[in-house]
Amino acid sequence: MTLPFLILAALTIAGAVAAMSFRNLVHCVLALTLAFAGLAGIYLLLGAQFVGLAQVLVYIGAIAILTVFAILLTRGTEPGDFPDTPASWRLSSVIVVAVFGVIVWAIRGSSLSHRALTPKPQVSVKQIGEALMGQYVLALEVIGLLLTAALIGAVIIAMYDRQAK
Amino acid sequence: MTLTSYLVLSALLFSVGLAGALTRKNAILVLVGIELMLNAANLNFIAFWRYGPNPELLTGILFTIFSIGVAAAEAAVGLAMIIAIYRHYKTTNLDHIDSMKG
Repeated sequence: MTLPFLILAALTIAGAVAAMSFRNLVHCVLALTLAFAGLAGIYLLLGAQFVGLAQVLVYIGAIAILTVFAILLTRGTEPGDFPDTPASWRLSSVIVVAVFGVIVWAIRGSSLSHRALTPKPQVSVKQIGEALMGQYVLALEVIGLLLTAALIGAVIIAMYDRQAK
Repeated sequence: MTLTSYLVLSALLFSVGLAGALTRKNAILVLVGIELMLNAANLNFIAFWRYGPNPELLTGILFTIFSIGVAAAEAAVGLAMIIAIYRHYKTTNLDHIDSMKG
């Protein structure tokens, strides 16, 4: 149980660090898909197969591809992306280390952390579908409305061209 | 594996995303950093669901599915806005996008 987790965790963190540090933006998104794939593996490890597959479909299949399209449309491979002022680097790293320290301090202090693992629950897609159509049907409708609005809004925002008018 | 290891992994992922969002100058990479932070939150939901007292209730799974849906909507609108801003300013460098008057 430990070794797969360590491999997937290393893959995820390495992908995330690479995505945030490469100079070429297309390479950044390719590293990002690695991090998303590692996370999908961790979801499978935790017994959430449906979420793992949704992660692959939505994040790797849609969001990463959309980001590549945006980079190519905006010619984002131009240089000069890295900050040249050390002051901004220093302030950012102080903030990040402080946030990480506070989170780890809270995790270590919590009594929840040493909870034993319960036997793996059997979650079928049928159960998820019944929950979505029963108890959570209002949330499902709201998210459908939100996605429709976001789709129309994204098309309108990107379509409007001031120069062409 | 204990719950702690998943929570620390999620905290690491959140910190990496935060570092990227704070230091990178390209608007698209800032959006990618925000996506990483959202993924860290999703990992927390799943870990707490798995180690919670009654995982048969499916609450964590369903919350994560809705969270992924909201993240997809956010990415679509965010990238559309970045393309619209690029069309106006001819750059995606956040340091050069500093006026609100059209």
